[in-house]
Amino acid sequence: MNLVTIAWKSIRQRALASSLTALSVALGVTLMVTVLVMHGVIFKTFNQPATGYDLIVGAKGSSLQLVLNTIFHLGKPVENIPYLYYKDLKANPRIEAAIPLALGDTTQQGGFRIMGTIPEFFGVEYMPGKKYGVYKGGRYISKPFDAVIGASVARENNWDIGSTFKPVHGVDDGSGDAHVHDEEFTVVGVLGRTGTPNDKGVFVHLDGFYMIEGHEKPADEAAAKAAALAKMKGEAVPAATGHDESEHGDDGHGDDAHDDHGHGDDAHSDEPHDAHAGHHHHNHGPIPDEQKEVTAVLIRTKSPIVTPQLQGFINDQPEAQAVSPIQQISMLFSTFIDNVQLMLLVLITMIILVSGVGIFVSIYNSMSDRKREIAIMRALGARRGSVFAIILAESILLCVGGGILGVLLGHGLVFAAAPYVEAKSGIVMNPWAFEWFELILIPALVVLASLVGMVPGMTAYRTDVAKALSN
Amino acid sequence: MSLELKGVRKSYTEPDGTKLPILDVEHFALEKGEQVVLVGESGGGKTTLLNVISGITQADAGTIAVDGYDLTGMMEVKRDRFRAERIGFVFQTFNLLDAFTALENVMLGMSFAGNTGGKKVAQELLERVGLGHRLNHRPGTLSVGEQQRVAVARSLANQPSLLLADEPTANVDVKNQELVLKLIRDACSERNVSLLLVTHSLDVAGQFERTERLGDFNKPGGSK
Repeated sequence: MNLVTIAWKSIRQRALASSLTALSVALGVTLMVTVLVMHGVIFKTFNQPATGYDLIVGAKGSSLQLVLNTIFHLGKPVENIPYLYYKDLKANPRIEAAIPLALGDTTQQGGFRIMGTIPEFFGVEYMPGKKYGVYKGGRYISKPFDAVIGASVARENNWDIGSTFKPVHGVDDGSGDAHVHDEEFTVVGVLGRTGTPNDKGVFVHLDGFYMIEGHEKPADEAAAKAAALAKMKGEAVPAATGHDESEHGDDGHGDDAHDDHGHGDDAHSDEPHDAHAGHHHHNHGPIPDEQKEVTAVLIRTKSPIVTPQLQGFINDQPEAQAVSPIQQISMLFSTFIDNVQLMLLVLITMIILVSGVGIFVSIYNSMSDRKREIAIMRALGARRGSVFAIILAESILLCVGGGILGVLLGHGLVFAAAPYVEAKSGIVMNPWAFEWFELILIPALVVLASLVGMVPGMTAYRTDVAKALSN
Repeated sequence: MSLELKGVRKSYTEPDGTKLPILDVEHFALEKGEQVVLVGESGGGKTTLLNVISGITQADAGTIAVDGYDLTGMMEVKRDRFRAERIGFVFQTFNLLDAFTALENVMLGMSFAGNTGGKKVAQELLERVGLGHRLNHRPGTLSVGEQQRVAVARSLANQPSLLLADEPTANVDVKNQELVLKLIRDACSERNVSLLLVTHSLDVAGQFERTERLGDFNKPGGSK
């Protein structure tokens, strides 16, 4: 029988007190593991999708808002930028891929964000080494009214290939501001789960997006904006597009971007207007590029070396800003999330320290009852060091046992919460995600247990055997 | 010679600082395999004598030799190990540990002597004292007589050369007194273990060939 076995049997002898003591440690560790795993998940959720693109180009304004809105679908878009500017970007020799995103609509069912983009969107890795894939039988967008949906959209809306939907302008929150477009899109592919916010996205062809009634910028506003930009750049004011607004019957079309347009039903035709047979699309006609806008452009540069140069070049121009998503997310974490986590960890460390004090009190209080037990062991030949080690082992067993239980409970908690969090936020949580901090948790608990076991251990060490036996 | 005490003195310090002499033994010895009963008044220093012999308490002066080894010159760590390996102890109150089964109580003493296995030996000893069917019972579920028999088995587990028994029959009924006493004496005879048994019972003392009165050779204060 070794010293650890002897310590274990002593713990078992005081099962209730020992269990409660270990449980207090377990609860502290559970909280710590939960916070760490959640932080890890949030970090990965925010950081990994941000690593797929070198730059995000959008309207000037809040750079963090541009990243959060474009990549994480959070908040409202900053503004729109001219489609022609996107075309210029695409021709830039430093750029490998420029993927436009046009936002503004949601699905009627579930309120999922609709993004107008080009087929190339699916060919670019959304994070290093990971490309989009569609489930068997599906394909990517190729025709104007094609749509590809994220895995969460398919599951929650019970949509599959062949499902159809009509976009809603804005968010149908019951305020009456939302407006259902007549154009109907057909799901042609369902994306495999990516663990990114795009699982909750609906991707439609940019051509189809522009065919939606009211998705063009009014010609006079487009011209005025182009003129203003030209003036800022000191260039000649561009000629009029030659596209009369009356051609669009835009009575009711709103202004800037798509955010607040509210075109009346009288602007819509009931005639299908393109080759997308069977669907009710309006005879809206092609929009001239001058009147098109995109919300953001995702950029992959040809080399990391040119990224800062390109970013500087774009930021020097009046049309748009270019931001590095990784930098923005790092800043967000360092200024806010890391500090919140630090505060939580400090609190939890204090909880664990209090648990440690609990172990100390528990063992120390038991020492007066156990002096005789220790004296018997000493009379049987146990050395002072042995009884000290037995008490220390008890403290370590309680602490480490509680710690291991806490680690399991922490991951169990994440496991139990994962489906709920995923359903609410789309964040995929891996309950078995391991954080490096867990590696030092157990050694840290051993140190804590050794410290709190030291005083009771010394009491055992100093026990007067003859006196304790005579008592 | 299994045990030899020469000029052993021990005193305790009173709360007021005065010394209270307990032991002053000029000479006392036990031959190998000899069984001696020591009779003395309550408070006469019997338990202190056993504690000093076993090394639990350090003597103030003199030499205590067990199997020719002088305990008084040993470091405490070495003395503890020596006690575990060579000296068996049977207490008046059995002193079994409640957290352990009968078998584990026997094995516990063995583990302090560096023998971390020994399950078979412990099992044989318990069978020898008639408790083969109670191996996995905890002390609380054993009768008083059974508990003392476990204590006897534990004291012999490390094959000691000297067995110290402090009033081993004081807490058991008459029937078990004879049983326990016979068990201790027979087990010591079988293994050629020297036995020093302390008692205040003249009935017990009458069963031994050699009986010593502590007062005859212990003169605390008298020799000063």
